[in-house]
Amino acid sequence: MIDNIRRYSDVDIVVIDDGSQDGTSLAARDAGAFVIRHPFNMGYGVALQTGYKYAVEKNYGVLLQMDGDGQHSAEFIPELFRQVENFNCDVAIGSRFHAESQYRAGFLKSTGIYIFRKIIWMITGEKITDPTSGYQCLNRKAFEFLTNDIFPCDYPDANVIIMLHRAGFKIREIPVEMTSNPDGRSMHQGIFTINYYLFKMFLSIFITLIRKK
Amino acid sequence: MTIHQKVFAIFASIVIFIVIINLVKKNKLKEEYSWLWLLTGFVMIILVLWYDLLLMITRLIGAVQPTTTVFIFAILFLICVALHFAIKISILTDQVKNLSQKISLLDAEGYNNSLINHSPDSHNRQPQ
Repeated sequence: MIDNIRRYSDVDIVVIDDGSQDGTSLAARDAGAFVIRHPFNMGYGVALQTGYKYAVEKNYGVLLQMDGDGQHSAEFIPELFRQVENFNCDVAIGSRFHAESQYRAGFLKSTGIYIFRKIIWMITGEKITDPTSGYQCLNRKAFEFLTNDIFPCDYPDANVIIMLHRAGFKIREIPVEMTSNPDGRSMHQGIFTINYYLFKMFLSIFITLIRKK
Repeated sequence: MTIHQKVFAIFASIVIFIVIINLVKKNKLKEEYSWLWLLTGFVMIILVLWYDLLLMITRLIGAVQPTTTVFIFAILFLICVALHFAIKISILTDQVKNLSQKISLLDAEGYNNSLINHSPDSHNRQPQ
């Protein structure tokens, strides 16, 4: 994965290890990435925010985040960077739903994504097709904003997009290619988990809306 | 109020008092919380000794039985305590999260440098 990124772009790579017990962090370190290890498992959102905090501390100007499971193909890194570096937008989101995409999501997943797409469109007026994408590029203003304490650390998805939009950041989508997770496992599993997830996301969006800007 | 009820209520409040004072003494309970529980025991004793006050409150809130008044306020009190603890837990969760992130960032320097020292030409890392 890291070698893959290097093939497309000359960047500093940071890997956040969210308390995993296998050799992930060693492997990543040996591959030349800067590894930040959480002392225990704290969840996807916390890991993202740790990355943001690191970037703020080290004064980076642009940050690109990818999921560590190999779902995101590295060939789109330059394009995402270009969008942000040319000031086209503050946040560039890699979307897997566009005309030529090979990606096919399951029924539940596509329903959920459809609902959130509509909600985002209603609230922000932006046509974001892939609100759950973890393949994003942010400029300094945007990721610094997300290091605040109201960042929804349990499930950062559509609510973050709405939060960013309300804070006045410009969001743009770039079509990318995503492969289904090779392990076949998703973060959100089982009927109950998915319903709980939907419920939490609605609640979170609602709270984001009633909060002051 | 029968003498049985009086004795039982006073007994219960005194036990609560002693337990709380012991907990504070042994440093198992912060003074911050002890006052709340001491007050609870104190109110219980007052209501036992001054039963008319309970009857007055009962009339005031329109309850039929004094027992209802006691239960209503007990439940309200417990809800408030639960809410208070929920708030505390939220704050603590946030603090733990921030602390672990900070530790992770501090710890990362050492963890990654230990390798770089072995192979100095592995790669260079410059902030953009």
